[in-house]
Amino acid sequence: MITLFYIGLLVCCFLCLYRIGRGPSAPDRTVAIDILGIVIVGFCAILGLATKKDFYLNVALAWALLSFIGTIALAKFLEGRSFDD
Amino acid sequence: MTDIIGYMLIIIGILFDIFGCIGLVRFPDVYNRLQASTKCVTLGTILLLVGVAVLSGLGAMSAKAIICAVFILITSPTAAHAIAKGAYASGVQLWEKSVVDKYAEKSKK
Repeated sequence: MITLFYIGLLVCCFLCLYRIGRGPSAPDRTVAIDILGIVIVGFCAILGLATKKDFYLNVALAWALLSFIGTIALAKFLEGRSFDD
Repeated sequence: MTDIIGYMLIIIGILFDIFGCIGLVRFPDVYNRLQASTKCVTLGTILLLVGVAVLSGLGAMSAKAIICAVFILITSPTAAHAIAKGAYASGVQLWEKSVVDKYAEKSKK
């Protein structure tokens, strides 16, 4: 059962990686990076469920925070503004 | 009974994730891709985290999973809004079969 969960989330990761590599413009890649971060949060939760250790959920929380900050920074960079206004 | 509910929530969540990522690959435009993938993947990951919280019982693990789900529910629409605004400002054109562009009409006035 857990193996099926791993396979489904790996399919999601590889579809996101296809869009990151192939995307014709920079916003496509930014969208794909955001989605990849959220999928990896789910992957950490499944790892914590499989191994019965709860520090994987700490990894998931930190990854969600860093993914959000990185996406906001990339969006401001796309908009053509500097990082401090 | 609790196991069945938890595994059903996780399976539905992973199906939503896969459909969102297929939308990310198959749609023709940045805005279509954003619209398809952000909502599906947000709902799918929240269902997956709630399923993990149901399966692991009351404790530190379920508390962390619920906190993570609430955080994703707050931050993912914010990030999608910022990406859409940035993509429009960086000059990405709409798909040629799109019929309405309310943002251009509003910013022209």
